[in-house]
Amino acid sequence: MIRNIILAGVGGQGLLALAAVIGEAAMSVGMNVLQAEVHGMAQRGGVVQSHLRYATEPIHSALVNEGTAHLVLSLEPMEALRYVPFLAPEGAIVTNTAAFKNIPDYPDEEAIAREVKAHTQARLIDAPTLAKQAGAIQAANMVMLGAGSPFLGMDQEALIHGIRAAFAGKSEAVIETNLRAFQLGLAASERLAMHP
Amino acid sequence: MPTRLLLGNEALAQGALDAGLSGAYAYPGTPSTEITAYLLRSSEAAAQEIACAWTANEKTALEAALGLSYTGKRAMATMKHVGLNVAADAFVNSALTGVQGGLIINVADDPSMHSSQNEQDSRVYLELAMMPCLEPADQQEAYQAPAIAFALSEKFKIPVMIRSTTRLSHSRATVEVGKAIERNTFSLPEDSKRFILLPALARKAYQKLLDLQPALLREAEASPFTQYFEGSDHSLGLIACGVAYHYLREIVGENCEHPVLKIGQYPMPEALIEQMMSSCTQIMLFEEGFPYVESKLRGFPARTSPSILGRRTGHLPRTGELSPRIVANALGTEIPEIPKASTTPAPRPPALCPGCPHADTCKALNAVIKASGGDGRVFSDIGCYTLAALPPYNTVDTCVEMGASITMAKGASAGGLHPAIALIGDSTFTHSGMTGLLDCINENANVTLVIVDNLTVAMTGGQDSSARNRLGEICKGLGMDPAHIRVIEPLPNKHEENVAVMQEEVAFPGPSVIIAERECIQTARRNARARTQAGGAS
Repeated sequence: MIRNIILAGVGGQGLLALAAVIGEAAMSVGMNVLQAEVHGMAQRGGVVQSHLRYATEPIHSALVNEGTAHLVLSLEPMEALRYVPFLAPEGAIVTNTAAFKNIPDYPDEEAIAREVKAHTQARLIDAPTLAKQAGAIQAANMVMLGAGSPFLGMDQEALIHGIRAAFAGKSEAVIETNLRAFQLGLAASERLAMHP
Repeated sequence: MPTRLLLGNEALAQGALDAGLSGAYAYPGTPSTEITAYLLRSSEAAAQEIACAWTANEKTALEAALGLSYTGKRAMATMKHVGLNVAADAFVNSALTGVQGGLIINVADDPSMHSSQNEQDSRVYLELAMMPCLEPADQQEAYQAPAIAFALSEKFKIPVMIRSTTRLSHSRATVEVGKAIERNTFSLPEDSKRFILLPALARKAYQKLLDLQPALLREAEASPFTQYFEGSDHSLGLIACGVAYHYLREIVGENCEHPVLKIGQYPMPEALIEQMMSSCTQIMLFEEGFPYVESKLRGFPARTSPSILGRRTGHLPRTGELSPRIVANALGTEIPEIPKASTTPAPRPPALCPGCPHADTCKALNAVIKASGGDGRVFSDIGCYTLAALPPYNTVDTCVEMGASITMAKGASAGGLHPAIALIGDSTFTHSGMTGLLDCINENANVTLVIVDNLTVAMTGGQDSSARNRLGEICKGLGMDPAHIRVIEPLPNKHEENVAVMQEEVAFPGPSVIIAERECIQTARRNARARTQAGGAS
């Protein structure tokens, strides 16, 4: 089993924490993990992306090849579309619907949603609303983890372990909020699978 | 052995800790920063009282590491590739003095210039210094590299470079972590003259370094990071250095019909290369950065047999970092086509954060330049404020290297430019700007120097600035007339008065310093959060 994933977002959205959770989860079930991050200038309100690969067999490159990603998981709708060239033909796009507008020429949001939905496997999730329900707007990244989890090829237990490992050192209340966010995201994603 | 998910940089830092590190010095710079950041937050390093600090610049970092090595301790200096230019004098000459305790010089190259002004390849410096170098191919090797490098360094009494590149530095992988060894005890060099590079002694040191080269070559041939995999099809031999080895494996798999040479230590393993060159009709090279090994293999005039293929022949692009796709294209291997890109996403360039103090300083500078009839120029430096080269600010006219703002403004002023304004951050000023200001003072240059003091090294994530909020005192100490050291607070509601101060100092026909002081918005937020948490806990 091998999974190629592109994580997308804007600096400050908690993308690297999201990558850390999935990485910890994959490692906890004994898989080989490779994850590439972008640091430095790109963090200043700019585009942030992470390539994440894990497999039961040996893997070599941390970079995902274009045309091979099983999932583009995005914390921002326009950013999801930026990585379409990475998708495998059967690959899924799961994206937050809340736009992060720090540029003057942000495209029409409905057009973005239509374009995302045109993909065979697409799920659009209102992450901030669900994160607030879970108890903290900052947990939107964990909502998206839940929403994307059906495409991660890992069972829930491993991902929950990943959340606990990545947030180790935080209070139990913070961990519980993130776990609730994960479950709300997963439930919303499953509802969309039934009634897209 | 315990397994951890580590960045290449973190693996290297942990590897150094486990290999008996006694001290580490660095100036922050992408993609090298996390090595030292990891050591600074490591409870293990703190418990062992390992000396670790951000220094004023890369040269002072390397010199301090050399001094620590002089006492028999294992030391490390860390920098990005362009930082090695700053430390070059210490780098080249430390190969001549040699070391007492093991000395590692970590250099992180940034091919594709993700966060840099060039993509120079640090291996070229090996030629000047005749120093050995390890180039780990993955995070596990990054963890192992310090132990190998320290042993090599102490065996031959020579510093060892560890070269990494962005994708290794900033990628995580599962790493098996071993146990820590004892650290060295205090011991001074037995040969008291070894560290004195007076010409007569330096000539001896140079001869010794030359005599060492065959042994360093033998070490490289036998390096655990270098490996020859025989193949049945000798129409093509494949040579890959560092992370490029894994891109190659990603494409050709574990069982490749062509011979493969993985290079992970320098000087280049000549015997292994000869083995491939004498048995293959073509050789293709995969290396991050310059066509370094490729150029050596081609020789002059370029040899015709075997043909050497790589970045210089267009089989791989001359610039930019490699990827599995580039390797596949070079080998003619079929991989999935690139699906059509969406035309919807707009670019989202890096920008100054909302509320950034530099934004207010740049708006004031724009007003000053406009009032000068557009004649003035702003010589900028390396830091967040250089993002003001982009709209909506379009404030800065230059960005070359650390400290160049002040001295370029001085030269331009001598050429007749007015206003000649230099824009530099607090930590870039203490890194390489102070000497330039001294030149301005000594020559009474008509330069207006704006130091944007956000009290941190912001661009690399908020490390301690060596300026420590003492810029006024530093400028006074250098000889600046206190009447022309002005402090402003870059805030929107102080725009008018800040413009007035700048205009007064632009009108003054001599050197003046304006310190625009306000904490970085990111650091301020983090510090406020830390205070709240500390308050909550007490």
